Amino acid sequence: MPDNDALEIDGVAFTSRLIMGTGGAPSLEGLGAALAASETELTTVALRRYTAEAGSSLFELLDEQGIRILPNTAGCFTAREAVMTAEMAREALATDWVKLEVIADEQTLLPDALELVEATETLVKKGFKVFAYTNDDPVLARRLEQLGAAAVMPLGSPIGTGLGILNPHNIELIASRATVPVVLDAGIGTASDAALAMELGCDAVLLATAVTRAQDPTRMATAFKHAVIAGRLASRAGRIPRRTHAQASSPIRDRADA
Amino acid sequence: MSYTLNGRARDTVPVFTLKHLVAEITGRELSDTGQPLDERRLGVAVAVNAEVVPRHRWAGVTINDGDDIEVLTAVQGG
Repeated sequence: MPDNDALEIDGVAFTSRLIMGTGGAPSLEGLGAALAASETELTTVALRRYTAEAGSSLFELLDEQGIRILPNTAGCFTAREAVMTAEMAREALATDWVKLEVIADEQTLLPDALELVEATETLVKKGFKVFAYTNDDPVLARRLEQLGAAAVMPLGSPIGTGLGILNPHNIELIASRATVPVVLDAGIGTASDAALAMELGCDAVLLATAVTRAQDPTRMATAFKHAVIAGRLASRAGRIPRRTHAQASSPIRDRADA
Repeated sequence: MSYTLNGRARDTVPVFTLKHLVAEITGRELSDTGQPLDERRLGVAVAVNAEVVPRHRWAGVTINDGDDIEVLTAVQGG
């Protein structure tokens, strides 16, 4: 592309608007190939108890590909747990970026709005750059931004469902009002979902299992790379308005007598 | 006399610091500021009794009887 259309978060510029997480991949080798195909420049990791197998091989893979790490607080149910996990992540990974995930229950994995707000406030005060994983609620998204979130990340649908974007109107409203980057996070099933997110005005898309659990993850990662580029271009190009009735594109005048 | 490491009991050893512990379980040699001597990313964080202990302090913190220690690292996730 001749024009510069970088995604900027907390002063860091990214060429790719696709953030591919590392979750759900059955093998590190397959994950590496999918990450490379996606051309992502930022990826998520979770924090768990140290084992001899964990850690270093994943770091090698990500450092080799030059992919920046965004630690998450997945599995946290309270603000207190999420803050502790973020502090451990900052220490382990030497980054003050955190994908803040505070979920309400294991069945829905939906964000707990009250705990999320409390954790965002605390983490911002502690100097973290908070990427807030949130419901598709325009009011809550704005609150998180006002509390100092570096990015707001509304869900398309619940984590891992692949149901796509269930409330496009709300996503569009969130994107149109935000002054920080809006990242569509969770629920993406296939390439058209990611393209739609970008067309609705999101600044980026975050997904993991849509790629890692696809039958051919590398091919799906390539599809998402193109989908995000296509959706972004379409969003900037300005689509035609929707009409009730047909409108011919060929001229009506000067037709031959039949 | 024991402490807990990631939920499992371990016998307390005299004058055993967090630096010794991290070096032992990761198999990496560490400087007194907690940096790995091989200069590759260590990617580990330590909390003692739910308080994060920055790596530059590991060499100065002795493990005590009854301590609850968590050592975390990054794994694949979301």
